[in-house]
Amino acid sequence: MVELYILLIFMIVGAIIAIEVKDLLSSVVAVGAVGLALSIVFLVLKAPDVAITQLVVELLCLIILIRATLKRDLPFSTSGRWFLNTMITIGFIIVLLLVAAKSFTDLPPFGFPIMRVASHYLNNGLSQTGASNIVSAVILDYRAYDTLGEATVLFTAVIGVLAIVRRIGRKKVGEKVKEEDE
Amino acid sequence: MAVYLLCLVLFSLGIYCILRKRNIIKIIVGVIIAEYAVNLFFILVAYRMGGRSPILSEGATIKNMVDPLPQALVLTSIVIGLATTALLVAIAMKIYEKYGTFDITKIKELKG
Amino acid sequence: MSREKTKGMSIIVKTITRLTVGLVLLYGIYIVLHGHVSPGGGFAGGVIITLSFVHLVLAYGKDTALKKLSKARASFLENMGAILFLSIALLGFMGGYFFSNFIPKGEPFHLFSAGIIPISNIAISLKVGAGLFSIFVALVLLKLKPTSEKKK
Repeated sequence: MVELYILLIFMIVGAIIAIEVKDLLSSVVAVGAVGLALSIVFLVLKAPDVAITQLVVELLCLIILIRATLKRDLPFSTSGRWFLNTMITIGFIIVLLLVAAKSFTDLPPFGFPIMRVASHYLNNGLSQTGASNIVSAVILDYRAYDTLGEATVLFTAVIGVLAIVRRIGRKKVGEKVKEEDE
Repeated sequence: MAVYLLCLVLFSLGIYCILRKRNIIKIIVGVIIAEYAVNLFFILVAYRMGGRSPILSEGATIKNMVDPLPQALVLTSIVIGLATTALLVAIAMKIYEKYGTFDITKIKELKG
Repeated sequence: MSREKTKGMSIIVKTITRLTVGLVLLYGIYIVLHGHVSPGGGFAGGVIITLSFVHLVLAYGKDTALKKLSKARASFLENMGAILFLSIALLGFMGGYFFSNFIPKGEPFHLFSAGIIPISNIAISLKVGAGLFSIFVALVLLKLKPTSEKKK
């Protein structure tokens, strides 16, 4: 599993670059590098469905973020209580790391999961649903309620974006509105 | 075990970026990094040593497959993450249009 | 050359786009239809279909792409995907319960198998693809003009 460690360290370095660089466009491109490395990590961990989805979602996310950052200034302000804020943040993160590292000892070790539910899916999935892709069988047959909730969340997000972007104002009498102004 | 810790380091980098940075685009970047770390943690928990991907093929009798359940959860989570990122970007662009800046300390008129 | 011809990117990008955009759309449809026998599925296929239209927007400008798929039609397709998915779920009451697999399973490892799963994949891909495309179009059409300096 050496390649897994190399990819994870690459992701951490990319995240540090994305956080600390001063140019917004460079930051967004560094996040794109982290996402593409994450796609390869999914492929190494034997999850091809998730890898394909992560790859294409990352591309669309990158396009949207670049659209938001083009031709914008970056007012970089370090004023205020710089030292105090940084210390409080680092203290919070250290507490989080300690608690999580202590609770990780209760997890099963890496590579040996508890598969009580999943073994049922793997043994009976083909005969009960007829789909040879078990992940597809889980999301659309065994646990289709999750997918219905996901569709609701996506619908709400689309409604939210369309409502935020909309131009506020009343139409005058007889005024024709073009489609791109709506 | 060390893999979980590296994943946690990535998550705390995202948290640091959300809490400490002043630029809205940087905050969105932090949210995206934290979301990547959470998705990665689910897939790491599902991995089985020497396992195969959970896709059956004709005539093969492979039994040591990885856990398909967290993969299904993460598959929906990724698309939801894209939609919420688009919502955040839309709000950020409206803030830029109204105040002319991405800096959250310069936004004083919170009354709208 | 008129003003309309120079909209979008250069002629190299336009020529390559004309060759590849159909292939990208076809690949998305393939991913959707084979979601239950191979890696892929409704989510990934829907985003790939969206990316083919986004490709068209980036290369040719927004007018050409909106002529193919307008914003109102994208919203309509998204609603159709949601209604199709919900009606599949409600038709499950014919088999006994919500989301029951009431269509015969067919022969495994073939394209026409697995009951409701391919139809659900098509519904999900319509929903995801049209929804994300309408988000992208809304963000592209948003023209920014900072107004804070004018007020003060």
